[in-house]
Amino acid sequence: MSTTPTTLAPPRRRIRRPGAGPLSGAIALAVLAVLFLTPVYIMVTAGLKPPVQADAVHMWELPKHLDFSGIRQAWEKLSPNLRNSLLMVLPATAATAVIGALNGYVLAKLPFRGAKVLFAAMLLGMFIPYQVILVPLVRFLQWLDLYGTLQGLVLVHIVYGIPITTLIFRNYYDQLPHEIIEAARVDGASNSAIFLRLMLPLSLPGFVVCGIFQFTNIWNDFLFGITVVPDPTQQPITVALNNLAGNFSVQWNTVMAGALLAAAPTALVYILLGRFFVHGLTAGSVK
Amino acid sequence: MSVLTRPATPAHHPAKPPTPHPSRSHWWRRHCFGIVVLTPSLILMAIFVYGFIGYSMRVSVSKWQGLQPDLSPTDPPQQTYDQMFRTPRFQADLRNVTVFTVLFLTLAVVVGLVLALLVHNALVGRTAFRGVFLFPYSLSFIVTGVVWRWIFTPSTGANLILKGVGVSHGPKWITDPAVAGNVSQALEPLLPGGHYIQVQLGIPLALIPVVIAASWQLAGFAMANFLAALSAMPEELREAASLDGAGTLRYHWHIVLPWLRPVIVVVLILLGHVSLKSFDLVYAMVGEGPGFATDVPGIFVFEQTFRALRYNTGAAASVVMFLLSAAVIVPYLYRSVIREKSR
Repeated sequence: MSTTPTTLAPPRRRIRRPGAGPLSGAIALAVLAVLFLTPVYIMVTAGLKPPVQADAVHMWELPKHLDFSGIRQAWEKLSPNLRNSLLMVLPATAATAVIGALNGYVLAKLPFRGAKVLFAAMLLGMFIPYQVILVPLVRFLQWLDLYGTLQGLVLVHIVYGIPITTLIFRNYYDQLPHEIIEAARVDGASNSAIFLRLMLPLSLPGFVVCGIFQFTNIWNDFLFGITVVPDPTQQPITVALNNLAGNFSVQWNTVMAGALLAAAPTALVYILLGRFFVHGLTAGSVK
Repeated sequence: MSVLTRPATPAHHPAKPPTPHPSRSHWWRRHCFGIVVLTPSLILMAIFVYGFIGYSMRVSVSKWQGLQPDLSPTDPPQQTYDQMFRTPRFQADLRNVTVFTVLFLTLAVVVGLVLALLVHNALVGRTAFRGVFLFPYSLSFIVTGVVWRWIFTPSTGANLILKGVGVSHGPKWITDPAVAGNVSQALEPLLPGGHYIQVQLGIPLALIPVVIAASWQLAGFAMANFLAALSAMPEELREAASLDGAGTLRYHWHIVLPWLRPVIVVVLILLGHVSLKSFDLVYAMVGEGPGFATDVPGIFVFEQTFRALRYNTGAAASVVMFLLSAAVIVPYLYRSVIREKSR
């Protein structure tokens, strides 16, 4: 799928925009934007309310005055898990990106017989419902003595991240011209030299897209977190947030502030680097 | 393109002495890098994907219940499947995942389409609007579930707003055990094993808030894919259509929609497989729900395996989930990867 925008020449004849005109389109967009931001409004305001307003009955009210107690309580409960999530996400993202770049280069630029079948067989790994591998996975990790540890979780995310990162990089390298490789090969460069000295320096955008995508994917994982790591002190933030939300002795606004904390890192990445995020996402559409 | 002018790697090897098997050594030099790179990944996939799926299939026909692994086969081998398909809970799960998938795909794709057309044709603020609508996609399903649960808790959230506009008894939302549009009578003779069906076939009302939350999170994904296709649409199509005197509606119906059709299919497949394996969102937002009104196979597998320790039943349900998503994904991979035109 091509993502290059064609330059938009002004339409010569009157095919109007959908709806009655630009104004109604803008109004519709504004209304939809407000609707879409409603849950964000609830999370943000809840975290900033004083304790008297801190229950679900006052859900829609703006804070009477700013009070950070909700956020502070959520931070106290969740900061160890935020740390776990970071310790899980960073190495797993880095490792999958490097593996994906190598695989993607081979699949895009060094054609061999059967490559497509192998690639498709690999891609199936990102589409399976992970429920179908959980029991053998847990037993395998127990055998490796990695069950219940963050390292085990990192390993799991690396393995199951290989298909998507391979896909992102294969699509990325695919659009680089084949001629540069041919030229280097005529000059006698080996495949590894071509990768290290020619492809890698051109790969920064690919790494950014892949890095953002994997950071978000792994940060947001829940199923592996809850099955591979039973110890609450070792669990990632998504699992801890779910536990917090199910605990009825915890105040409502603390839970909402917790949701805000769990959402903050990926939201920040998204807001700062949204452009690349879109590229990673359409890369998931295989072509 | 500037990369073309970049000097190629200057590595120059002296000519090698002739080898006894020139063709074989040539083959090895050509493919050695690729083999060394791909082999570890392929081994990992063979173990962690294919090997593990095979293991789960084996567990699903075994007697394994409880902490002690027991892989001896049941007699007859399909016994666990037979029992599972007769359980009202699993029947409800299959009903729910079907209803959920249909409603969610429809809502997410329609909203995504409307958003894409509005954003594509907006005069100002395209990037900002696209950013707002795609934002939920960056969040965890757990965050989505925790927040939307409160919006659809009857004593608060949406019902507070309904009360504000004069509706004193709002819907029961996620606590509603009712199943609307019961079609059990009509479907019973049509479905295989219809007389075993013990649940009401229809739309569990408690599922609707989950559909809304899921669409909130993923309509932006659909929109982003549609926007990419819209911006690749040649301007001549619009001009030709207006020369032929097509109005706005006819232009969108006869030109834009057919142009988007391949992308719509891709989005349906990708969201469809997300829907079939859904777990996080439902688990965090409603759990199994009143009378299993919102239970899905993903939750069933998790609870059978890790809570009830009925490993064979959990494995059997997970194999059913796998087969359902494979039925969607394998043809898709076949068409888009294996039969892809040579590049």
